[in-house]
Amino acid sequence: MADEKKHKATRSGKLLVPALAALMGFLVGALVILITGKNPLLMFNAMIQGVTGINVAKGSFNARYIGEFVLQAMPIILTGLSVGFAFRTGLFNIGAEGQLMLGSLGATAVALLVKAPPVVHIPLVLMGGMLAGGLWGAVPGLLKARFNVHEVVVTIMLNYVALHVNNWAILNVFGSADRVKTAVFPASAMLKDPWLQNLSGGSRLNWGFVPVILAIVAYWFIIEKTTFGYGLRAVGFNKDAAKYAGLKVNRNVMLSMLLAGAFAGLAGAIITSGTFGFGRALSAAEGYGFDGIAVALVGATQAPGILLAGLLFGMLKAAGPLMQSQGIPKEIGGIIQASIVLFVAMKYGIERIGLWLRAKKSGSQQSVADSAVGEEAGV
Amino acid sequence: MGDIVEMLDITKDFPGIRANDRVSVRVRKGSIHALLGENGAGKSTLMSILFGLYQPDSGRILVRGREVNISDPNVANALGIGMVHQHFKLVHNFTVTENIILGLEPRRGLVLDTAKAAARVAELSKLYGLDVDPNAKIEDISVSMQQRVEILKMLYRNAEILIFDEPTAVLTPQEIHELMAIMRRLTAEGKTILLITHKLKEIKAVADTCTVLRRGKLVGTVPVADASEAGLAQMMVGREVNFSVSKTKAQAGAVKLSIRDLCVRNAKGLLGVKHLSLDVRAGEIVGLCGIDGNGQSELIQAITGLVPVESGTILVGDRDISKLPVKARLDAGLGHIPEDRHRFGLVLDFRLDENMVFHRFQSRPFSRYGILNPVEISRYADRLISEFDVRSGEGVATPARSMSGGNQQKAIVAREIDRSPAVFVIAQPTRGLDVGAIEYIHQRIVEERDKGKAILLCSLELDEIMDVSDRIAVIYGGEIVGVVNADETEENELGLLMSGSLRKAE
Repeated sequence: MADEKKHKATRSGKLLVPALAALMGFLVGALVILITGKNPLLMFNAMIQGVTGINVAKGSFNARYIGEFVLQAMPIILTGLSVGFAFRTGLFNIGAEGQLMLGSLGATAVALLVKAPPVVHIPLVLMGGMLAGGLWGAVPGLLKARFNVHEVVVTIMLNYVALHVNNWAILNVFGSADRVKTAVFPASAMLKDPWLQNLSGGSRLNWGFVPVILAIVAYWFIIEKTTFGYGLRAVGFNKDAAKYAGLKVNRNVMLSMLLAGAFAGLAGAIITSGTFGFGRALSAAEGYGFDGIAVALVGATQAPGILLAGLLFGMLKAAGPLMQSQGIPKEIGGIIQASIVLFVAMKYGIERIGLWLRAKKSGSQQSVADSAVGEEAGV
Repeated sequence: MGDIVEMLDITKDFPGIRANDRVSVRVRKGSIHALLGENGAGKSTLMSILFGLYQPDSGRILVRGREVNISDPNVANALGIGMVHQHFKLVHNFTVTENIILGLEPRRGLVLDTAKAAARVAELSKLYGLDVDPNAKIEDISVSMQQRVEILKMLYRNAEILIFDEPTAVLTPQEIHELMAIMRRLTAEGKTILLITHKLKEIKAVADTCTVLRRGKLVGTVPVADASEAGLAQMMVGREVNFSVSKTKAQAGAVKLSIRDLCVRNAKGLLGVKHLSLDVRAGEIVGLCGIDGNGQSELIQAITGLVPVESGTILVGDRDISKLPVKARLDAGLGHIPEDRHRFGLVLDFRLDENMVFHRFQSRPFSRYGILNPVEISRYADRLISEFDVRSGEGVATPARSMSGGNQQKAIVAREIDRSPAVFVIAQPTRGLDVGAIEYIHQRIVEERDKGKAILLCSLELDEIMDVSDRIAVIYGGEIVGVVNADETEENELGLLMSGSLRKAE
């Protein structure tokens, strides 16, 4: 009986929890601004402007903000897919950051070394990024499958290795003149497009959103619709049962990490050939991997959820500079993001609050007690 | 003596189902009061209401004659009501004492005074003959000891009314006897026990009064001394229950499963199965019986491919499957109902239909070119659901987790039987199930035998082995110490074989 209740609660909670968590995150942000003596409405204005380009206070419009917002959301949606994909197989991929760096490197290699017309070259660049990221992700997968080495440890360490592999290769293999970046890619390898940039008022918007949309669809399709995805989910939910049904658990673990790495690698390729147009040496990790963990968590590892969570966090990132120009520290965005993640992690508490609110509305307090039991008695 | 607990006209609704419909129970102080009912009859809900986990929609609760509102388990604790849950709630790397004092740690200044608590635990343990070491770690002690820790937890909190939720489901026959002795000692010391169960034998053995529930309604309350097992079963199920399995004599054919000189290592690296040989013929059920831990699990897992074989052969038909991967064994005609349905049998977070095609989702019509066909999958699941009478709240879309144990097991049985394997390895098919479900599953097993399947049935329930099997193989210390015909043996002989004090060559 309690189980039935629990199930009900979690299903409505799938939407409810992230939505409430986001709301509460913004409240916390507003509160912090209030405490520092600023007007929280300025923050909300900045957010609205960051997404729509409309400055509500001044009544002005600038399409550049929309472009920058999409640009910010693209890579973290992909790293979110990366983390989410591995998570569905019961693996925790902390290595999206490193896989992304290797993806950048792979894309750089294809962009600089291959000569082809744009229709061929751009897909090759993207595939190069996915392949490099995928192989980098397969390493912890292989170690897990063969020697049962925990993927968390391996992926964290490989992030550092990736940083230095990337820097070494950029400086020594592709010959950087200024010790910071490679030569600019040929136009045929660029996702960058002046037309798009003009359209969005001079933002850095590029064609990267097309592969991002394809990746979201692919994620959903693979996980929900294919036998391969069925196997991955079975392994993620119950390894013993999967083994008993004759599924190749170890192979699934490896393939899952390979594909997770490919999603992150795609993010790297898009950043490199879309935002910059040249390979870069990095002084430190840029945090896409960790944002991806947050996106996957808030998006409940579901494709639509990851899209929405990625857009949400993209908005926070995009609104940062705008808030700063209003005298609100852009770190507030970080605080909101952290609060949202925290509130999502406090899932059960939020579910209870949500049910309580609903019960209050319907005039009965009953379901609150029930949901509380669902959690305690649920096995 | 008066009634210590009175639950009057309790009604509790869940979405789509009335779990308790004006149920009244009166419990005499110092008695053992059993609550009997099939899975889903509402007995757990009723006790959860008494323990404050649920609020009744209507009805009154009186404890020691005073009307109370048990709004949460803390209120229940204050009223002296304690509950031992079916799944223990213990911290595994804590000691017994640390677990017991969790939540009301005794302090001396700022320091935890564990020694004092340990002394109190030892004292309680001695008083009720629980024999628990207060300083042992939970992970190092047996399941039955863990259960006693749960009992101590209630006693430490001065509980007077103890609710036991299916306490024997996890215990061996010997441990069940010990638990019953403990229960009697508890009542002798003035405690009152509410026992949730669906095992009639236990009620006859230990309870004073029995309240029977069926589909949320009160059927009746009877003194156990006046009731027969058959009578109680009829009250519970609502019809006459067939205790003995009706079957004709086996028409055994050719050997379908042949195990020769099999050695398997157990988790400790020792030989759990030693040079074991056993044949199962088409159209017969061979029961494998023995005391838990004598190599049954290793044998079953070796046959089904979950653990590697050290040496020896396993023939299905005339094909040696001992080195094949799991999938190939299933394809070779092996069917398996695993002993732990939650761990091996089902993916609890999958829907029912996803579970139904668990072995077959990679083949047509359930998928094509690697793409699942949800229409075919749910059509197939629908057919099995109606054919095998699997009951679930939302049909094929029900998450396996939310189904009752009996229906989960029915789903597994349906899935395996429908694959129609030539050789069936069935382990603990009725563990934790109620009488109705047991009767049904036994029937299906016998039907499969009559279709000419070779069946190896492994069970810890001696009654089940004796009722269902045609021949009985007794395993002791990883070896078969005797094979007897089911209708030529009796409990005593099997007991001697199981304990290793008798050997009988085939």
